[in-house]
Amino acid sequence: MTMPFYAPPEQVMKDKADYARKGIARGRSLVAFRYGGGIAIVAENTSSTLRKVSEIYDRIAFAGVGRYNEFDQLRIAGVRHADLKGFAFSREDVDARSLANAYAQSLGQVFTHEVKPMEVEILVAEIGLDDDGRGDQLFHILYDGTVVDEDDWVVLGGETEEISERFEEALPDAPRGLAGGVRAAVAALAGPDRTLSADSLETAVLDRANGRRAFRRLTDEEVATILDA
Amino acid sequence: MSLPRFGPHDDPGPNFAALLRLSRAGSDTNPLAAADHPRAAPMEIPHGTTCVAVRYDSGVVLAGDRRATAGHLISNHRIEKVFPADRHSGVAIAGAAGPSAEMVRLFQLQLEHYEKVEGTPISLEGKANQLGQMVRANLPAAMQGLVVVPIFAGFDTAASRGRIFEYDVTGGRYEERDHAATGSGSLHADTVVKLGFRPSMTRTAATDLVLDALFVASDADSATGGPDPVRDVFPVVAVIDADGYQRLDDSELRRRTERLLRRHRSRREADGGGKS
Repeated sequence: MTMPFYAPPEQVMKDKADYARKGIARGRSLVAFRYGGGIAIVAENTSSTLRKVSEIYDRIAFAGVGRYNEFDQLRIAGVRHADLKGFAFSREDVDARSLANAYAQSLGQVFTHEVKPMEVEILVAEIGLDDDGRGDQLFHILYDGTVVDEDDWVVLGGETEEISERFEEALPDAPRGLAGGVRAAVAALAGPDRTLSADSLETAVLDRANGRRAFRRLTDEEVATILDA
Repeated sequence: MSLPRFGPHDDPGPNFAALLRLSRAGSDTNPLAAADHPRAAPMEIPHGTTCVAVRYDSGVVLAGDRRATAGHLISNHRIEKVFPADRHSGVAIAGAAGPSAEMVRLFQLQLEHYEKVEGTPISLEGKANQLGQMVRANLPAAMQGLVVVPIFAGFDTAASRGRIFEYDVTGGRYEERDHAATGSGSLHADTVVKLGFRPSMTRTAATDLVLDALFVASDADSATGGPDPVRDVFPVVAVIDADGYQRLDDSELRRRTERLLRRHRSRREADGGGKS
């Protein structure tokens, strides 16, 4: 009988984390930030049908980077979680925090118990009920189930350090408008050597002025107008 | 609540009702499970009554009276039977009030759930079929007296026109060309609509017609409530066109109702004050 080679748990976890990080870094990144009217998410995405940013519930949006099939699975699970909870209780009982915890649990479970970790990083964003944006929340969830509660803005994907640096520099101070934020995000995603046009971007907002369902996608024309200004 | 995840073989797809059946959370809240009770108690439960829909030149008008009755008692003066289904459609329901409200809630959620999971809304025809399946699923409960008979109306963005669908208790779905009525006062309401209907009516004319239809129905059917200017209770009227579902506010309905009552009064006076 052959004995399996011993591998120390530290090594196993490190290998898995490296594997996941490598997978995530291969994809394109996204930036989310708060602005006066809500929360905006700007993603680099050349496909106009395979979405990275989507609606989960009335005031909650989802964004994912990494392997499309994996974060899309998580997106659908999130919609189900939210709709089931809203149906069993009430619409106001659906919140981003409990959804973020459910995601963290699920990702953590896969990371420790399964051979292949999920190569994704996801964002759960929620706008609060107050007009001043005090209730806004950005939860950044990593491939191993780590949850980070972000304050004002966040970058997901590969090269996050460089993009964050550029974004922080370009980002107008709060309270900022949508257009200024989007321009800063696009410049940060593109970097010094490239320019990104509207058709290689996917932009959506959780807009406080949008009624019950706050989620709205910006059309390519709208984004182009913002970028040209 | 943990994240609901399924394998490729048992995935419910964009169907919320199927998801509800599969999830443990749904087992005690699933309205479709109501049919499992072998005998309904022979008690009086609240019923909602008359609803009408009329197509006009650029959309549809959907209206319902405000009365709920339990046997010979009026159980509610202000109940609402007309609801938005999504941005471009609405549903009006006659029948047992509890199951009706639950069906509307499930239907609204189903449309939104599909839209979010699939990233695109269901076609108007698809929505009508979905509602038909829900009415069909309610059949065992209907046999025990918990009947739910809706009208579904919406603006078909693909065909650029208003469309109306009627149902029967078995979930049979019938598209009506111009108008539909449901509930205990539907016979009277439908007659008024039939006589007053003109092709390509304006929105105002269609609104006045449905108000008249509900008024006449309330005159002949004890379960249908008439307009009540004293308590400020008017029918719920919604118009659905290319701009979406919009419920008319009470000030407009009050104005139109007063005009309608004046018209009926002057007609009576012209007849020499005889019986109307």
